[in-house]
Amino acid sequence: MKHLFTMLAFAVLALLAPPLAAQDLLPPAPYAYKQLEDPAEEAKAQALMETLRCLKCQSQAISDSDAPMAGDMRHQVRTRIKAGEDPEAIRAWLIERYGDYVSYAPQNKPIMWPLFAAPLVILLLAAILLRGRFRKSAKPEGGE
Amino acid sequence: MIEPAPKRSGLAIWLPLILFGGFFALVIWGLVRPADREVASAFIGKPLPQFNLEAATEDRPGLATNDFKVGKPKLLNVFASWCVPCAIESPQLAALARQGVEIDGVAIRDRREDLARFLATNGNPFARIGKDDLSQVQLAIGSSGVPETFVIDGKGVIRYQHIGEIREEDMPLILAKLKEAGQ
Repeated sequence: MKHLFTMLAFAVLALLAPPLAAQDLLPPAPYAYKQLEDPAEEAKAQALMETLRCLKCQSQAISDSDAPMAGDMRHQVRTRIKAGEDPEAIRAWLIERYGDYVSYAPQNKPIMWPLFAAPLVILLLAAILLRGRFRKSAKPEGGE
Repeated sequence: MIEPAPKRSGLAIWLPLILFGGFFALVIWGLVRPADREVASAFIGKPLPQFNLEAATEDRPGLATNDFKVGKPKLLNVFASWCVPCAIESPQLAALARQGVEIDGVAIRDRREDLARFLATNGNPFARIGKDDLSQVQLAIGSSGVPETFVIDGKGVIRYQHIGEIREEDMPLILAKLKEAGQ
């Protein structure tokens, strides 16, 4: 019981402690947490935001992150979609500034070709190997 | 009848172990290598995008793209009052300003009263400070955090990006990049 109280005390202290990383006090950008009025536009924005990397918290997409910068990126994406911009154009705009790293969706670039070719190469290799196996096992049938 | 196992060359037997060893070394290398979490701007060598930010303080004008097209290289410092390392670099910024380098600031998501307090405490090396409440300029130049400092040449082209606070030991490099941009 005493142990439990100590743990609770620590939990309360941890909640009261100031956050280590300083954050700004500005309210989030208008479209950081607000969906677009048009559901079709919002769906487009959402699909794009799920494939853009948060630069502050790099294993999250901007749609998942509560970092203020991710909020500003969502605002940017939503206002651009609202203005009629194509999602892929917005992605290209960000890639131009942050490199391919900012996008989770693989881009069709020569560096990706070996990756796309790998399954085909492996299938082909498997077919060749299996063909050899089947031939070998087919032969001793007559002998036994 | 049991067929004798086909003869394998010495290398073929060791190949899986060699592959495993290679994979293992790769994993260890990935674990011990210091993580690089910085995202460098891909916008170096390109002209500053068009922007026009309102003034963030009462005693300094705002900041626009045209302020950089004046024939002299300048520093563009992306900062915020809520950013702890930004206070650490203020002596270095003050030293640069004393040497005649013009430093223009972009204040990210900052409140006027916080910014005024920050500048009163740490000094104000800025010639102009633009207020970027939606991180729009920050995103437009490929900056991913605060503080970051960009060297902009006299035609308004981004020439160099310094990520993180400018420390004492970074000063020669910053000055060299400024000189390079001035040529």
